[in-house]
Amino acid sequence: MYSFILANRVLLGIGSWFADKKDEFYMNFIKEDRYMYLVNGLWMTLRITFFAVLLGIVLGVIAAIVRSTHDKTINEMRPGFGKCLLIFFNAIVKLYLTVIRGTPVVVQLMIMYYIIFASSTNAMMVAILAFGINSGAYVAEIIRSGIMSIDNGQFEAGRSLGFNYIQTMYYIVIPQALKNVLPALANEFIVLIKETSVSGYVGIMDLTRGGDVIRSRTFVAFMPLIAVALIYLIIVVIFSKLVTVMERRLRNSER
Amino acid sequence: MSADMNNDIIISVEGLSKHYKNKAGVIYALDDITTDIRRGEVLVIIGPSGSGKSTFLRSLNLLERPTEGTITFEGVDITSPESDINKLRQKMGMVFQHFNLFPHLTILDNMTLAPRKLLKMSDYDATQKALELLERVGLQDRADAYPSQLSGGQKQRIAIVRALCMSPDVLLFDEPTSALDPEMVGEVLDVMKSLAKSGMTMAVVTHEMGFAKEVGSRVIFMDEGKIIEEGTPSEIFDNPQNERLQSFLAKVL
Ligand SMILES: Nc1ncnc2c1ncn2[C@@H]1O[C@H](COP(=O)(O)OP(=O)(O)O)[C@@H](O)[C@H]1O
Ligand SMILES: [Mg+2]
Repeated sequence: MYSFILANRVLLGIGSWFADKKDEFYMNFIKEDRYMYLVNGLWMTLRITFFAVLLGIVLGVIAAIVRSTHDKTINEMRPGFGKCLLIFFNAIVKLYLTVIRGTPVVVQLMIMYYIIFASSTNAMMVAILAFGINSGAYVAEIIRSGIMSIDNGQFEAGRSLGFNYIQTMYYIVIPQALKNVLPALANEFIVLIKETSVSGYVGIMDLTRGGDVIRSRTFVAFMPLIAVALIYLIIVVIFSKLVTVMERRLRNSER
Repeated sequence: MSADMNNDIIISVEGLSKHYKNKAGVIYALDDITTDIRRGEVLVIIGPSGSGKSTFLRSLNLLERPTEGTITFEGVDITSPESDINKLRQKMGMVFQHFNLFPHLTILDNMTLAPRKLLKMSDYDATQKALELLERVGLQDRADAYPSQLSGGQKQRIAIVRALCMSPDVLLFDEPTSALDPEMVGEVLDVMKSLAKSGMTMAVVTHEMGFAKEVGSRVIFMDEGKIIEEGTPSEIFDNPQNERLQSFLAKVL
């Protein structure tokens, strides 16, 4: 008899816990369409990440080509204007890589927003630039390792046919290097999606900020923040899976 | 080959040296090489490993920059800063020990890339030429394959016709059969023989002494960066003068 009462109490307890959570869920996500903070935030996060990755790849390829051209050819080059230019660009790229990798991305973002583009009202554009420039420094290293991994015989075969340095890079070396580092580049997308979570520092309503806004309205932290974490996690897991599939495909196509 | 063709010098090498500096001192990969290559001739370069054969061959199209000396190709000093080496290389094909086909391109694209981009040939013309050459080496059915789908012998035959697509005046071979399984050496040498017969000027670094005897017009024996002995195949193989050449031949024959 006592055990029946006890079980009843427990069930009632669980029931009211669920009822509480249901209310909390309603308050955090449904009321006043608060879930839209997450939806819009996610959309903003994805857009910033996507365009920043594109910019990062462009900058990274350029930086990698300058660095590897310098390292490969500077000893063989005849003195002259071209050599001076290459040394100059190489120094600039080195400075870029050192500064970007040596400072936190959130500081870079704030410098871009509050100093360099202080007059701009398009925060998303500034964030894309900041994250793109940041990502480029890391992509450069990925691409450079890709270029270095291509057998020098490929390069010599191109040159022996009469292609100049740039043509050989463009038609022969870079396509193979990019293919080799495609998984690593996709990984950069995964890294960046998480890094953009500091966008709120410059007033951008990204996914993280969206969750935080809900928290500030409802004064409950648990649900909005766990929801934000879950969304990041799901996206990252999906993309990691895609990278694995891509790696396997690429390996198979080698044979 | 007519006599006047034999006298037409296509590459002239004078006082060619290449030094490498390392911790132990200076390595003389090439030490004062002087020789000529005549149009239509097959020059075979033999010698022990490390004797400078590759460095010599690769200097001819400036894949290695000589430390000293001049190389004159069709009347142009290619070592001078004013010469357009990319233009000159279009006329000097090269075949490598490890084939160096472009793995991201089909066989056809491997062959037509340079003619299309450098000679501005139309897709149609470049493809026609490539297919003709593929037929000559019996690989016309592999045009759409990728290099990884071919055997070593097939890859090297493709590498040869890829070079031929540029209609070069001279072909340089650096140990073209050394990376091949023994049963595939013959098919590559056959292609080279028929090229030689068609009058192509060739400089060949090889350990295939049978090929050197049969096809070579002239043989150079190198050791320690120098030309030790030079002559017709019968002079080199049947009547070697230098002691080092004699002991080298004793080892390889
Ligand atoms: N990049 C290099 N740096 C230093 N030494 C080199 C380099 N390339 C070749 N050598 C040296 O030059 C010599 C000739 O090499 P190589 O022309 O490759 O000989 P072979 O083709 O006859 O075997 C060797 O002693 C080799 O070690
Ligand atoms: Mg060699």
